[in-house]
Amino acid sequence: MTTSSMAQALNAALRDALREDERVLVFGEDVGPLGGVFRITDGLTKEFGEERCFDTPLAEAGIVGLAVGLAMGGFRPVIEMQFDAFAYPAFEQIASHVAKLRNRTRGRLSLPMVIRIPYAGGIGGVEHHCDSSEAYYAHTPGLKVVTPATADDAYWLLRDAIADPDPVIFMEPKRLYWSKGETSVEDRRAAGFGRAAVLREGRDATLVAYGPTVPVALEAAEAAARDGRDLEVVDLRTIVPFDDATVVSSVRKTGRCVVIQEAQGFAGVGAEIAARVQERCFHSLAAPVLRVTGFDIPYPPPILEHSHLPDADRVLDAVDRLQFDDEPDLLYLAGEAS
Amino acid sequence: MSVDVLLPSPVPVRFVAEDGTAVPPPTGYRVPEGERLLEGFRRMVVGRRFDRQATALTKQGRLAVYPSSRGQEACQIAGVLALRDDDWLFPTYRDSVALVARGLDPVEVLTLLRGGWHCGYDPAATRVAPQCTPLATQTIHAVGMADALRRKGEDGVVMAFIGDGGTSEGDFHEALNYAAVLRAPVVFFVQNNKYAISVPLAKQSAAPALAYKGIGYGIRSEQVDGNDLVAVLAVLDAAVEHARTGGGPFLVEAHTYRMDPHTNADDASRYREKQEVERWEAADPLARLETYLRERGLLDADAVGAAHEAAEKFAARVREDMNADPEADPFELFEHVFAEATPQLREQRALLASELED
Repeated sequence: MTTSSMAQALNAALRDALREDERVLVFGEDVGPLGGVFRITDGLTKEFGEERCFDTPLAEAGIVGLAVGLAMGGFRPVIEMQFDAFAYPAFEQIASHVAKLRNRTRGRLSLPMVIRIPYAGGIGGVEHHCDSSEAYYAHTPGLKVVTPATADDAYWLLRDAIADPDPVIFMEPKRLYWSKGETSVEDRRAAGFGRAAVLREGRDATLVAYGPTVPVALEAAEAAARDGRDLEVVDLRTIVPFDDATVVSSVRKTGRCVVIQEAQGFAGVGAEIAARVQERCFHSLAAPVLRVTGFDIPYPPPILEHSHLPDADRVLDAVDRLQFDDEPDLLYLAGEAS
Repeated sequence: MSVDVLLPSPVPVRFVAEDGTAVPPPTGYRVPEGERLLEGFRRMVVGRRFDRQATALTKQGRLAVYPSSRGQEACQIAGVLALRDDDWLFPTYRDSVALVARGLDPVEVLTLLRGGWHCGYDPAATRVAPQCTPLATQTIHAVGMADALRRKGEDGVVMAFIGDGGTSEGDFHEALNYAAVLRAPVVFFVQNNKYAISVPLAKQSAAPALAYKGIGYGIRSEQVDGNDLVAVLAVLDAAVEHARTGGGPFLVEAHTYRMDPHTNADDASRYREKQEVERWEAADPLARLETYLRERGLLDADAVGAAHEAAEKFAARVREDMNADPEADPFELFEHVFAEATPQLREQRALLASELED
């Protein structure tokens, strides 16, 4: 057991995968001698050489398409999109080929590849560097979508992603890169794909979060505890496959649920979760399932991002609206009146 | 690398004139052996008959759609003859004739257009990637596969087919650039059939020829008369050898013509004159090759008759096999999304099962 940052854990996962499996290749923009703009690939070219970890021309569709061909040819590419919004040129390759090749060929070809995407905001980044793009991928059948919130999960989920027989979109919450946590590289404790984690047990309401909003949920739960509210926090870990069982079992126990995502809310992952909870937990619910999300706006300039990002206060406001006092939700009543 | 080495011939390379007579051979290319040309002739005859049969099958409701390659047989067949069995081919939806010529089962080839599944053949066993419908996206896959072969120490070559319209897509340019930077053993084979559905070449590109698109990326390039099988095969032989021996990628543009509409569902009279199509009849690749081979004493009436007889037999078999209703298992819908179905897919499978019971 050691303490490391998420960035260090990801770097260790790539290093160990390169060591253990010669089919693993790491490539993308600036991932070579520079070690990536976030240093996630630091030292890999030096240790494994240009054949295993290399810089590509600056063209994202090309990076993904090259990985498709290499995976068809027996390799296990782990590629980096430098930033969330810079992955959009590759979207056709991802949606039409990465996600579909197994299906198109009736399982005769598969694409064991990982697309790493630093995503979301909270780091003062300028436009096109802070998008929460997870819903685009989660909405595309054939892709697994993973997002760690702790250093230990970052290591193990990335190892699992590289070992997986199917393509994985590995979304790294960039504002958590430097957050530290206990990691157990030797002795695995982390669960695998498709398993959410209950990070904090509670009786009064369930907070469902993933990626960058997991620390927000934990902070809100701490604050609520001081006010005598006992909140449970569920970290999804993998958006696809989705762990209905853990979420449902938690909400059936607490009877209340707030879903938290950093992304804009409309048609987002949180909407899917809210719908699933409502479908499966209707008779256990004492209040509507609420969502706490970013606003439906293009990602704001750094000076205003704190107004956009869901924080513990916004979560606690939502918890207050969970009809503990059997009062109507004034927010929605106001909306109807206007 | 000097630009002169990369530049294509200022006019398309040609060995045989439209009337079937030999023209002075261009320098730098070897005339393919007679037996390979004869094999090319036989496969072109079968290919054209197969193409006609496939179009007929759309009228009988046995195919959902068919994009014909009639008039492009020299390209379809030379592309296949230039490759070894252990080389890879990355085709488009218009390249069914090439796939049949490579020996793939015609019913498996037509599975996509029949609507039975997205790809009917085994790409790993045949070393043919699924026919690609999104334009140009397969060219960068071809580069990745070529790089994979190089990494494994195999001397295989990858050939990516693409049309004139596809060269406008960004993925084509990214593929050229990646191939050159990686020195990947890949041949980009552009069949310029003059139309992207309805849009003529003049509205597609202002380049002096599409072959010039290789220069900016440092790729050796050539343009060839795409209705002259001898020339297409000679140039592709050189391109494949260049790639196989470590020379890196090669771009070949073949000037040909799409004699039929885009697909059976298209109406070409809305965008081109009949006279234009008739002019291209005079450049027919099959008649040209037959005259050339006969004049050289490589082909006689008996051999021509035998080729057509074989083609009829092949078409009859395709007709018969395609007359059977394809079998489809609705539960297969859930089988190939992931290696292992997610809990959600298992629930949806159960939902479909209950619907089917009703």
